[in-house]
Amino acid sequence: MSDARAASVITGNEAAATAAKLARVQVVAAYPITPQSSVVETLSKWVQSGELSAEFVTVESEHSALAVCIAASTVGARVFTATSANGLAYMNEQVWWAAGARLPIVMGLANRAMAAPWSVLNDQQDSMSVRDAGWAQLFCRDNQEILDTFLHAYRIAEELRVPVMVCYDGFLLSHTVMPVRVPDQAEVDAFLPPYKPAIPIDPADPRNLNPVTMADPRANRDGELRGGYMELRAMHQQALTEALDLIPAVDAEFAERFGRSWGGLTWEYRLDDAEVAVIAAGSLGMELTVAVDALRSEGVRAGVFGIRAYRPFPAEAVRGRLAGKDLAVVLDKAVSYGYEGPVCADVRAALLSAEGAPDVFGCVCGLGGRDVSATQLADAVRRARTDHGRGVRIREPEWLDVRL
Amino acid sequence: MSTRITDLPSTEFVLPGNRACAGCSLGIGLRAITKALDGKMVMAVPASCLTVLGGMYPTSSVAVPWVNVAFPSTAAAASGLAAGLRATGRDDITVLAMAGDGGTADIGIQALSGAAERGEDIIYLCYDNEAYMNTGTQRSGATPQGARTTTTWTGKGEHAKDMCRIMEAHGVGYVASTSAVFPTDVYDKVAKARGLSGTRYIHMNTPCPSGWSFEPKDTVAIGKLAVDAGLVVLYEVEDGRFRLTGRSASLAKSGRRKTIAEYVAAQGRFRGIADETVAVVQRWLDERWAGFVSRHEADAE
Ligand SMILES: Cc1ncc(C[n+]2csc(CCOP(=O)(O)OP(=O)(O)O)c2C)c(N)n1
Ligand code: SF4
Ligand SMILES: [Mg+2]
Repeated sequence: MSDARAASVITGNEAAATAAKLARVQVVAAYPITPQSSVVETLSKWVQSGELSAEFVTVESEHSALAVCIAASTVGARVFTATSANGLAYMNEQVWWAAGARLPIVMGLANRAMAAPWSVLNDQQDSMSVRDAGWAQLFCRDNQEILDTFLHAYRIAEELRVPVMVCYDGFLLSHTVMPVRVPDQAEVDAFLPPYKPAIPIDPADPRNLNPVTMADPRANRDGELRGGYMELRAMHQQALTEALDLIPAVDAEFAERFGRSWGGLTWEYRLDDAEVAVIAAGSLGMELTVAVDALRSEGVRAGVFGIRAYRPFPAEAVRGRLAGKDLAVVLDKAVSYGYEGPVCADVRAALLSAEGAPDVFGCVCGLGGRDVSATQLADAVRRARTDHGRGVRIREPEWLDVRL
Repeated sequence: MSTRITDLPSTEFVLPGNRACAGCSLGIGLRAITKALDGKMVMAVPASCLTVLGGMYPTSSVAVPWVNVAFPSTAAAASGLAAGLRATGRDDITVLAMAGDGGTADIGIQALSGAAERGEDIIYLCYDNEAYMNTGTQRSGATPQGARTTTTWTGKGEHAKDMCRIMEAHGVGYVASTSAVFPTDVYDKVAKARGLSGTRYIHMNTPCPSGWSFEPKDTVAIGKLAVDAGLVVLYEVEDGRFRLTGRSASLAKSGRRKTIAEYVAAQGRFRGIADETVAVVQRWLDERWAGFVSRHEADAE
């Protein structure tokens, strides 16, 4: 077991780069943006020193970064890229392309606020803006989870042929050092076999990949019907649905090999007997555990329900684990402008008509790097309980710590 | 020195029947290109008429590996194909990026510039039908002055971008200009490019009956007229050495250039073009042609 090994004290970005190296990525293409930049710099250093045997393509933009990864993955190379905020927005067209082409690309996303106005600091608006693009999105709580999740991600991506975005909070994790156990290469190799592409690129067996595809099924040259656009999309949806089983299975296998489990789709803290569930994705969940301890010391039975997989969305787990609770308070570091936080809206939708479903209150917090303290979070839960106790069942999203 | 049409390899990679318009020269060019690479290639193809020519799922009009890519990213995708092939230990496949003039001179120029600057080991071939044809003949940066398109209803006011010079300025080792209606010229240039490494850029004029408004039967005649007028110039620049080729080389010797007036009169897209505009284009063309000829003569010494 690698647990016997001493931990390295590294940043989230170093954990991401280390994971890419351990995964033996063959092609790296990325473009610098704060707070992701040091991932690119580290990998470039390792490729140039020979520590990592990979092609490093110094592209001129994020659109091209993902273009390179898409093409290299098509050819059969294991690929890696990483970005943040405007970089993700700039590659948006390719984000969709990667998913539609069913390529097992793994991308790190050091979560950052979207401009305008400029902010290099953390929130989760960037990943939320592409949640519908057909990638799996996994959120991390700490640097160990970042490293481990990247290794999970390649397994999930390559088995289901869907790209996976590993999301981790900018600066809060990307630039904060923590002890991280770095597994042995041999153990990782045993967990993660080499990538084999589903379709060969071979002049002796030529294929036309991602051509114009009609709405209805069409016959191939042998007269066999092949799916139209909608059939391809249904298969894609099926793959993401299968990920609901595969993500926990990979987590369990990883736990067996490496001694660490991250909960699969979701994780929890003091949730079993809780009356109030507080919910978030990413490192905010860790802050919530501190808030929950404070609330518990006052006799409030609160517990954390953490979202690890945001896509596919763990609706069944949400229904199962929140049944019987009085109240769910969902904290979002993003907004669907004109509505509410995306995690909140999804939790609410999952619970609709479910047996024993709690009422759901949403809070928006931490936008553009605004600090979110455990005290503020505990206060938000207290206010929610007070409102709820007064019979309020439907409430507008509360924006924490906004001084208008 | 140059290959004769009867000497072209007989293996066909462009299958009989495709979805391009009747009289399209793109298929003529593509046949020569794939023959020159002997099919040992993988193509990166952005949204364009070429996508349409390639066929609809689950059938294909071309028997070579073909990867459709997002419209702006042809050169980056080709870079990724090259990197992936290197990373997986395959060095027997030529990466061909093939994009239209819009995908090259406009939306794809950033990715192309990046790839050329990095010296990516790819052949980038721009087939130039002088507008955005796939979306209905809108102007591109490569549309010639005076041409009417669906976004230049009274004729385009500016000259076309000179992509070959832009690529030369990147220090690309092999830059060539050719025309799809001269398949042997296309073949020779692609075959030469195949034997070289690094970024190689080939610009192929591609007469388009639908977008230029001429009869499908006149495709080759119009393409030849463009060369005879000195508007399309067949040449190559190898490590900085310039050389006119084929019909353009003969034209430089004979000096019997046709006029731009004759060229524009043959196409509906120039209908109603003002005489002054024709004169302006002719003067611009004369100067440009003289520059090519003197460069050819200087480098021949
Ligand atoms: C990002 C993006 N913008 C716009 C389009 C629409 N579009 C598809 S092909 C095309 C024009 C292609 O022109 P060109 O590259 O010259 O090729 P041609 O069709 O003329 O062969 C456009 C504008 C697109 N597919 N993607
Ligand atoms: S529009 Fe022009 S270039 Fe496109 S297929 Fe038709 S003839 Fe060819
Ligand atoms: Mg065009």
